[in-house]
Amino acid sequence: MNKVYTSISNIAGDVITVEAEGVGYNEIAQVTTSRGTSLAQVIRIESNKVYLQVFAGSKGISTGDKVRFLGHPMRISSGEDLLGRIFNGSGVPLDKGPSLSDYVVDIGGPPVNPVKRIIPRKMIRTNIPMIDIFNSLVESQKLPIFSIAGEPYNELLVRIAQQAEVDIIILGGMGLKYDDYLFFRDTLEEHGSLSRAVFFIHTAADPIVECLLVPDVTLAVAEQFALRNKRVLVLLTDMTNFCDALKEISITMEQIPSNRGYPGDLYSQLARRYEKAVDFETAGSITILAATTMPGDDVTHPIPDNTGYITEGQLYLKAGVIEPFGSLSRLKQQVNAKTRQDHRTIMDTMIQLFASYRESLEKQSMGFQMSAWDKKLLHYGKIFEEEFMSLKVNIPLEKALDRAWEVLAECFTPEETGIKKTIIDQFWPKRQ
Amino acid sequence: MTATRLGRVVGINGNIVQAEFDTFTIQNEVAFVLTGAERLKSEVIRIRGNTAELQVYESTTGLKVGDKVEFTAHLLSVELGPGLLGQIFDGLQNPLPKLAEKYGFFLQRGAYERPLEENRKWHFTPLATVGEKVRAGNKLGFVPEYIFKHFIFVPFGLAGAYEVISIAQEGEYSLKDVVARLKDAEGRTVDCFLSQSWPVKIPIQAYREKLKPHQPLVTKMRIVDSLFPVALGGTYCIPGPFGAGKTVLQQLTSKHAEVDVVVIAACGERAGEVVETLRTFPELIDPRTNRPLIERTIIICNTSSMPVAARESSVYTAVTIAEYYRQMGLNVLLLADSTSRWAQAMREMSGRLEEIPGEEAFPAYLESRIASFYERAGVVRLSDGSVGSVTIGGTVSPAGGNFEEPVTQATLKVVGAFHGLSRERSDARRYPAIDPLISWSKYPGFLEEKIMQRGHSVLRKSHEVASMMKVVGEEGTALGDYIDYLKGEFFDFVYLQQNAFDDIDQATPQDRQRYIFEFIHRNILEAPFNLPDKDSALHFFQKLRQLFKSWNSAQWQSAEFRSLEAEISNEITQVLKKKMNNQNE
Repeated sequence: MNKVYTSISNIAGDVITVEAEGVGYNEIAQVTTSRGTSLAQVIRIESNKVYLQVFAGSKGISTGDKVRFLGHPMRISSGEDLLGRIFNGSGVPLDKGPSLSDYVVDIGGPPVNPVKRIIPRKMIRTNIPMIDIFNSLVESQKLPIFSIAGEPYNELLVRIAQQAEVDIIILGGMGLKYDDYLFFRDTLEEHGSLSRAVFFIHTAADPIVECLLVPDVTLAVAEQFALRNKRVLVLLTDMTNFCDALKEISITMEQIPSNRGYPGDLYSQLARRYEKAVDFETAGSITILAATTMPGDDVTHPIPDNTGYITEGQLYLKAGVIEPFGSLSRLKQQVNAKTRQDHRTIMDTMIQLFASYRESLEKQSMGFQMSAWDKKLLHYGKIFEEEFMSLKVNIPLEKALDRAWEVLAECFTPEETGIKKTIIDQFWPKRQ
Repeated sequence: MTATRLGRVVGINGNIVQAEFDTFTIQNEVAFVLTGAERLKSEVIRIRGNTAELQVYESTTGLKVGDKVEFTAHLLSVELGPGLLGQIFDGLQNPLPKLAEKYGFFLQRGAYERPLEENRKWHFTPLATVGEKVRAGNKLGFVPEYIFKHFIFVPFGLAGAYEVISIAQEGEYSLKDVVARLKDAEGRTVDCFLSQSWPVKIPIQAYREKLKPHQPLVTKMRIVDSLFPVALGGTYCIPGPFGAGKTVLQQLTSKHAEVDVVVIAACGERAGEVVETLRTFPELIDPRTNRPLIERTIIICNTSSMPVAARESSVYTAVTIAEYYRQMGLNVLLLADSTSRWAQAMREMSGRLEEIPGEEAFPAYLESRIASFYERAGVVRLSDGSVGSVTIGGTVSPAGGNFEEPVTQATLKVVGAFHGLSRERSDARRYPAIDPLISWSKYPGFLEEKIMQRGHSVLRKSHEVASMMKVVGEEGTALGDYIDYLKGEFFDFVYLQQNAFDDIDQATPQDRQRYIFEFIHRNILEAPFNLPDKDSALHFFQKLRQLFKSWNSAQWQSAEFRSLEAEISNEITQVLKKKMNNQNE
């Protein structure tokens, strides 16, 4: 069955072509070279020509090297003993532990039947007011952090991961700097979360094809845990590196690019991964938090653009804070009606006033006279930035809502806020 | 039946498979690729010499060169008959609940189920009589389906006149029973069942004539009905960047629109959004019929992680089902979310076929495909004189929120109304984020044209003043202009914006819209307020705004509604009185 072929006829980029028969699409093969053995995956078949992308890259492959097809698609072990372990994108241990082969599952499995999903309803508390009040995170949500290189997005990911009540954390690192990888490992270790975490790490120095495997491997493992009633949080950083790897491979394969060199199926490729986020009707759940760095801080760039159409909102991290505009949690309304009666009102009102504050700020910077209303807004905006936007703030939702009413009362009269009278009567702080 | 025509796989590239065929093949016929025990549905999309290129509606993992292919000679079709209402299908019309029952959490490859329940009995009442001359689309009888009379038609594909030679008695029949037998001039007979199949890519044309859409479709969305109306049988599109609220808008429309049947095509979007619809609709009551909303809804769901080729066909499946219910004299609304994902599916296929790309790598036939899809909307007079309609509303997800891209532009050419969503409005939480300055509609609404125009002009004026203010500042703006600006903002805030999470405010019926619009028009937009300065003007409008917000969430014509109205009128008269006093002094 596992016949060995030695007729590599073409090597272009990390894609090799070998003449072989009886090979299945997406099948895995082993390529043995003088440098060692690497896995490779079938990505195209043209009669007896089989195109393979080599996970370890094509450097040093000779046209006479051996290719052995394994007769199955890419698989990964998914047992409990993965916890606390660190692997690369093809599932090879990076720590000193043994390699695992229990509960192997195919990666990139079939999609979940939509009728077996349930409406997400459990809020994940983070104690970050910009998330809890304004963009509530919900179990089974897929939410990227849009930011630019240099922003503390990995810090934010780790902070949420630690404070969130989940059973298992799985980190998929793509093109990570080695020190970022150490940062994740050390921070989780410090807080004692490492024993319930699994790492799949592709660093910037590793071959590009392995980067492509990281989300699939990560999510396949997450799915198995979720089916075993676990609440899993998946962290993917940085998805932009994944997309760039896709671009590289598709151009090598001479596919017609659609937009800025990215393949036409970028949307489908991303959706297939992000849509693994799920709350199973009778089992656990997968929540995905991802980092997407925006080239040139441009949200219309194909990567953030396609991502935004797939994910359930996004957190826009800019200048070290979560921007109220551009940030959105699409699932917030599933949970914020049940937290506290005034939650939605505070959320809407504070943002609307903050939008007016930004307008006043603009007017001020252009040197216009500030009206009484402008001055009120400027006062409000400053407090809002310090007490709600800053990531230093670490308070529970209820405290943050109470503080919100105090701030509104300090800055405005009730009718200036546009809040419905019934709510005002109930919540507006009474003057001493 | 002729023997099955066979072929062999010779190449695989993503979900495009090349197959050599033995005898002949038909463009767009359905074929099955056989791998192991699985039969993967596919469609012939290009033929070159003796090689057919198939788009496979499933994952192609594990396919091998040499795998067998069976050609069926049928075009991709849907089954039309009683039992469609309330169902959830994938893009190929497989009933998803049934698949879940059989296969659990995941969608198994190669698993297909009959769309309609084979053994369910329906109470059939004949309408045709033996000896009657009938044509395609004539009614043979009907069965009750929820509140509707579900008519059973002479198959739409029959050409020419037929004679009824037998018709079933009133009674219980299943989809397997012959309910009528017809004979053509040459004596060939045709058996008719409760259901029939129809190829999705061909419009059903069994009607007498197509009429001009003129009657407004009430969506209960104030900005739509009052400023940018949609007509029954018309078409409209909702382009907008991500996060601007396209899907919420579609969901609200699917809940509140005053039509008989709603077909929702969730095409390449998030599964979570469909889940919301399919979990809440069985419990939500349609106020028009007092029945659960799901009973008037059909969901075609091919979400983004489901196979791309089936996504391409899902919009056709949806529009064919919509046309079918139109044939019963019903008003059907098809909501397609999102047509850009459908266009992208075409792009993916086209790329794999290595066709010469057009703009942004979309295929050259993008425009004509979009146009012929929207052209399937319309009001038609049926053979018995009754009228039915299909209205199509499609969302568009332009790359980067830029409307200058091929899908948006191709769509704008063929629709009758354009509801453009803008990032600025959604960032400022002004929902629905339909931008009144760029949107348009060619259809008449239920409000008087003059009043409607006044609404538009107030917004334009307000926008002009606001842009001017950005340059000269508030202090450089005349008080009159400033008040015009506030009027526009006020109109936007209390009338155009609607709170989707407020039970009352989320849907405003026609009578109430007319009443409130006329109230605002008469008492505020046209009122010559003469306020002493800008600060007091701002304060006055802020106060009004707050009162209106409460008014909007008060039950129509309730005591609370009346008392708030009195309070608002009082507030306004006081300001007008002040003006009189000022003049007297």
